[in-house]
Amino acid sequence: MTLAPETTDLKVQLRLTDDWFTVCDLHLLLPGRGVAALLPDGNQVAVFRDRKGRLYAIDNRDPFTGAAVLSRGLIGTHQDRPFVASPLLKQRFDLLSGQCLDDESVRVATYEVRAA
Amino acid sequence: MTAALGATPTIVLVGHGMVGQRFLEALAERGLTATHRVVVLCEEPRPAYDRVALTSYFSGKTPEDLSMTDMEFIKDHGIELYVGDPAVSVDREARQVTAESGQVFGYDVLVLATGSYPFVPPVPNKDATGCFVYRTIEDLLAIEEYAKTKATTGAVVGGGLLGLEAAGALKGLGVETHIVEFAPRLMPVQVDEGGGAALLRTIEDMGLSVHTGVGTQEIVTGADGAVSGMKLSDGSELATDMVVFSAGVRPRDQLARDCGLTVGERGGITVDEQCRTVADPHVFAIGECAQAVDGRVYGLVAPGYEQAETAAATIAADEASFVGADLSTKLKLLGVDVASFGDAHGTAEDCLDVVYSDSRSGLYKKLVIGRDGTLLGGILVGDAEAYGTLKAFTGSVPPVSPESLVLPAGAGESAQLGPTALPDDAIICSCNNVRKGTIREAVTEHKCTTVPEVKKCTKAGTTCGSCVKVLGQLVTAELEASGVEVDKGLCGCFGQTREELYEIVLALRITSYQDLLDRYGREGARGGDGCEVCKPAVASIIASLAPTIGANGYVLDGEQASLQDTNDHFLANLQKNGSYSVVPRIPGGEIAPEKLIVIGEIARDFGLYTKITGGQRIDMFGARVEQLPLIWARLVDAGFESGHAYGKSLRTVKSCVGQTWCRYGVQDSVRMAIDLELRYRGLRSPHKLKSAVSGCARECAEAQSKDFGVIATSNGWNLYVAGNGGATPRHADLLAQDLSDAELIRLIDRFLMFYIRTADRLERTSTWLERIPGGLDHVRDVVVHDSLGICEELERLMSAHVANYRDEWSETINDPEKLARFVSFVNAPDTPDPVVGFVPERDQIKPDLPLLSIGMRPAEDTADVLEGTAQR
Repeated sequence: MTLAPETTDLKVQLRLTDDWFTVCDLHLLLPGRGVAALLPDGNQVAVFRDRKGRLYAIDNRDPFTGAAVLSRGLIGTHQDRPFVASPLLKQRFDLLSGQCLDDESVRVATYEVRAA
Repeated sequence: MTAALGATPTIVLVGHGMVGQRFLEALAERGLTATHRVVVLCEEPRPAYDRVALTSYFSGKTPEDLSMTDMEFIKDHGIELYVGDPAVSVDREARQVTAESGQVFGYDVLVLATGSYPFVPPVPNKDATGCFVYRTIEDLLAIEEYAKTKATTGAVVGGGLLGLEAAGALKGLGVETHIVEFAPRLMPVQVDEGGGAALLRTIEDMGLSVHTGVGTQEIVTGADGAVSGMKLSDGSELATDMVVFSAGVRPRDQLARDCGLTVGERGGITVDEQCRTVADPHVFAIGECAQAVDGRVYGLVAPGYEQAETAAATIAADEASFVGADLSTKLKLLGVDVASFGDAHGTAEDCLDVVYSDSRSGLYKKLVIGRDGTLLGGILVGDAEAYGTLKAFTGSVPPVSPESLVLPAGAGESAQLGPTALPDDAIICSCNNVRKGTIREAVTEHKCTTVPEVKKCTKAGTTCGSCVKVLGQLVTAELEASGVEVDKGLCGCFGQTREELYEIVLALRITSYQDLLDRYGREGARGGDGCEVCKPAVASIIASLAPTIGANGYVLDGEQASLQDTNDHFLANLQKNGSYSVVPRIPGGEIAPEKLIVIGEIARDFGLYTKITGGQRIDMFGARVEQLPLIWARLVDAGFESGHAYGKSLRTVKSCVGQTWCRYGVQDSVRMAIDLELRYRGLRSPHKLKSAVSGCARECAEAQSKDFGVIATSNGWNLYVAGNGGATPRHADLLAQDLSDAELIRLIDRFLMFYIRTADRLERTSTWLERIPGGLDHVRDVVVHDSLGICEELERLMSAHVANYRDEWSETINDPEKLARFVSFVNAPDTPDPVVGFVPERDQIKPDLPLLSIGMRPAEDTADVLEGTAQR
């Protein structure tokens, strides 16, 4: 498969209150894996790309351990919803809602993300 | 009376331990919390927690984890819980309780669940600084604090159940531990002489010093008034920095005595069959503070729960009684299984013993049999696997001969008597008194299909957890019997087992995970992203078979990169704060001084924490993701390769110095270890693989605890397989004797490839060998006698692996595209992750954990605790 030339320069952007914040070139995101990005306010975001090319962004901090590692987890599909499994203790988080699938009381922040 | 007539009747519960909490749950279940005001006075600063599991604090559980109290439950049922406010007096005339805070509560029903207190023998200086008891979380925190700052040696007074728990705690704190027991053996109540001997041997092997048959006469203090030693009854003196008294408990019945309730001769509030005090129908006593109608004070949680249920039922005007309980127990103390059940000491007339004893491996099993063949009771030390089954058969004549029930697996005669053979009224969960029939009904009537569902439905397995294994077997058997197909699939994405997927990948030469998922995944999973279970498992299968099926074996290549667990993805081991550790390969544990110096220099230059591993190499901790390529550039430059400490693959082949230096050695064990490590390095497998080579029968390399272990003989090599250390130790089995170098390697090639082909995901060789039909004999048939005719293929697969091995790290540092992934932030590659920080400890670094707890859940109330507990 060859990528159309116009898609190669796409940027990954996150919505921060009003503005779109550019994270990186889209091609740096390997399908099935995530990257960590640092926001201007010091927060960390985990950005993922699935095999169909859809993008997701959630807070990078694993609420169970405090370590900023969610971007290093493996993603998957459960009942048609995308999730990431924390690489430390393997809890799953829904990538659309941030809801932890193993503990109803835990949720991580999500971000609106686009390729533009 | 404080409660006006017509007002809501009040139940006051004094004491909020495990039994108190169960009582509250029983009240709620019977609807009594809706019709009554319920007041709870709790002395400890925290609500009910799992005291039975106290020691698990030292294996990483936090006080939060131990909590048994759901605050939602307390709130939803309108229970008034006063924590840290003990009852100080009871006025039975006026029917009111006064708390320490001065609050006064009128009651219609008073329930005493005050538990017990640790017995401290009346020896001089028993209250000196450095003397402790072991009962509450607060005791534990105090012991931890003292052990960390002031003690290198500790002594536990008491070698019973609690004493061994306390000794385990001290050992866990890194203190040199002594156990002083007055009786001639450990755990005198639960086990007999033979069991005590097996226990002693195992516990001494762990490095604890045991002194039996001696009493404590005096605690000796130093000039500062703190403990410096203890005088024993045999005239000797034991130097120690701290003493933990754990010599049994006594009922806490002072409150009851003060208000004129009757207590037993040896303490304990006397109650009737309904757990009502004999002196006052308005007062109940439950748990360890009560003396039951059979004259016993029960110190176990299961009878306490039964008493709690009985009291709640009686208050609800239902019929219930508690007339006594079985004292059967199964415990894991210091990692050793100990169980006793029924008439363990053989007190019945004319009874006979069947004993199996192997003190070399710390095994002792005794069954007490009646004249007519009835199983009356027994003791199991070292392996209590059969406890659930044996206990359920107690009181009946088992369907197989008793000796076959105690012989170890593989000893020829042993009978595998599954729980399916049990009668329906056999008790499976003794903590919650759940019969086998109830568990079967949960599956057949209530449509439960998994163990968690059955636990929720029946409460079985929710307290001590020792029956969960039997529970799983029963659920599977019941589902199979009712025609429900039991899903043995790898995960939610694949209905096949790992072995079946291996065969598919090999036969059809499938080199892509997505291809496999889309063609062979479950209906709903095709086209999706899979999951974290099957991705690494399939990646491992493809990597093991790479040269044969025409895939690229490099784990960071193409799609493979997206399937790897984070450790494989960064070729390093993720640690708790998000930093990584680095382990270069040191084949056979042999390293030249120049290379040692390089490791030292690198660790120094990058500020890494270094530690010698159990596998004879050096682990460097605290590397940030962006430092990994820099560290490895220098390691590769000095001739090091990846040690694969991050992979499900060969770890190390340990060795002793062997014939070259050792006066006992009969073969060159170091050379063989290096040869084996270089041959199998990088081999991806269902789980990690460990190995060792010993140069003589003295076995200094501990080869019999490895997945494959080699021991030199004067005629060649003996090959042992499927050993394990860790949580479930297993001695390896001898596969073949007196092999030449070539024969040895050929046999290991076949064995490893057969294991990789047929094992489940994350199944070590030890569990694999126990699981596969035919066990060791079958494996020997296949790999030695080639009964399946596959040995040639197995050998070919291994030689393809050997020929195609490449070092992952030298390949990575030469590939700029791959290196680009080793950054903390994609948009700020030079900014280190701010939550990865370190603080000094013992001249090195350790993770700065408070840094992590910022923003942790729930930040306010756990921060203090976590800081004190997380680092052990």
